[in-house]
Amino acid sequence: MSAGTLPEARGRAREEIVAVPVRHPGRWVTIAVIAVLAAMLAHTLVTNPRFQWGVVGQYFLSQAILSGLVRTIELTAVAMALGILLGVVLAIMRLSPNPVLSRASWGYIWFFRGTPVLVQIILWYNLSALFPRLSFGVPFGPAFVSGSLNSIITPFVASVLGLGLAEAAYMAEIVRAGILSVDKGQHHAAAALGMGRLLVMRRIVLPQAMRVIVPPTGNETISMLKTTSLVSVISFQELLYSAQLIYARNYETIPLLLVASLWYLAATTVLSGLQVLVERRAGRGWSSRGTAPGALRRMFMGGGTVQP
Amino acid sequence: MAGENVTRQEQQTTAQAPPPGSGSNPPMVLSEGVHKRYGRTEVLKGIDLEVPRGTVCCVIGPSGSGKSTFLRCINHLEKIEAGRLWVDGQLVGYAERGGRLHERRDREVARMRRDIGMVFQHFNLFPHLTARENVMEAPVRVRRMPKDQARNVAGELLARVGMASWADRYPGQLSGGQQQRVAIARALAMRPKLMLFDEPTSALDPELVGEVLEVMKALANDGMTMIVVTHEMGFAREVADTVVFMDEGVIVEEGPPHELLTRPKHERCRAFLSKVL
Repeated sequence: MSAGTLPEARGRAREEIVAVPVRHPGRWVTIAVIAVLAAMLAHTLVTNPRFQWGVVGQYFLSQAILSGLVRTIELTAVAMALGILLGVVLAIMRLSPNPVLSRASWGYIWFFRGTPVLVQIILWYNLSALFPRLSFGVPFGPAFVSGSLNSIITPFVASVLGLGLAEAAYMAEIVRAGILSVDKGQHHAAAALGMGRLLVMRRIVLPQAMRVIVPPTGNETISMLKTTSLVSVISFQELLYSAQLIYARNYETIPLLLVASLWYLAATTVLSGLQVLVERRAGRGWSSRGTAPGALRRMFMGGGTVQP
Repeated sequence: MAGENVTRQEQQTTAQAPPPGSGSNPPMVLSEGVHKRYGRTEVLKGIDLEVPRGTVCCVIGPSGSGKSTFLRCINHLEKIEAGRLWVDGQLVGYAERGGRLHERRDREVARMRRDIGMVFQHFNLFPHLTARENVMEAPVRVRRMPKDQARNVAGELLARVGMASWADRYPGQLSGGQQQRVAIARALAMRPKLMLFDEPTSALDPELVGEVLEVMKALANDGMTMIVVTHEMGFAREVADTVVFMDEGVIVEEGPPHELLTRPKHERCRAFLSKVL
């Protein structure tokens, strides 16, 4: 290359490029199809009288539905808390050098992941058929406290056990994957500083594993919120069962199912927002480069990744 | 089994060699016939080495020669299968009672590691903590130092490695050389009596190697006992008191840098040096 051509080339590079953009006819077709489908949906929602939006509005804020919603949220929180705590314990057991602990954890996961949650809920509810009395005492020896199992296993207790214990099996696998995702060098570095096994787990490994654990845990929580509707079969008055009790009396089945669905949607939307906030916190040290727009803003304001 | 091997070795060695901890001034590191296997592969085939206090020992050799493995045996990140290893007169990983070796509990091993600093090839900083928090973590959690005091200590150490103005950055926001300097500060925060460096500059861009070596030189000049696995022959020549050439799990040659690096006696050592110098 001769020295003379270089400045000329640079000069041309400084001109702003005015190019004919690539056309995307396919995009316009898909937009048209989706617009038509959306219009049809809107039309039927507005014009079909059998949706009975008046009845929906009448029951949307009724006492029975709202207390059902509160119970659904309570049950979700308690069952998830049980699932997460037990899941962390099971995951640490599964990764323990002690083979008995590891196998025990495997066996738990095998059983609770291998049977349907609905069956587990009904089983817990009917546990008194198997063990009429519950006693605390010396194994195979005398009992100190004893009571009728039927009075202990209320619908709420059966629901928490059925949902929480099954959840623990899934959470254990999520937490285990998170722990294994942390680089071995982190264990070595922490151990070389004289930190003990549990301290390394608590201060170094689990905080980093959170980055991997949090997103699926958010999904599990959202899934749990909806799965709580299963306990309507043992007549625990959560959101769905509250709606069912009303339409059993007035036969307004569709409007009341719509009321329940709208509340489920509202609750899962709030949870999705919380999930984004928690994920950002767990991603500390990874996502803090520069000032990229927050995930929440991307989600609700749009922009950022959208191509013009 | 590992235990039997150690016991057999012990019967051979204890007869002629009294435990070096009994002397008034034992060497910082003493290794006798150290063996290490991974499955059937023997990685270390009898390492004998003495590192006196306040000296710098550079370990060189081709990759796969067992340099890093030996380093990790010194703070018991790896278990040895035979031989004996003492740090500051204390047997590493085992306690000798009544003529038998007892494995040490995790807690005892952790206590021993507090006094041995280690710096890794890939830094291994804690990515969820800032530079300052990385340095503070072990003093606060392990030595139970009050947080305010640990913060001051961390500030001083980060200043010493030239990272004072980066104290609140996360490792992901630092260059490799900066991360390695923070890693050195983190190790120094435990006031170790011995520092182990496992190829501290091998993962760095060439222009960042110098800043890390400068910190290590300053540390050596302050009288720190250091064992450095490295490919930096210039550093070895300038700073080391002893250079050790390892190949295929054995120490082939050992000597002062000006001799070993310029007039190696062994053919394998000569061949290696001709490739790297």
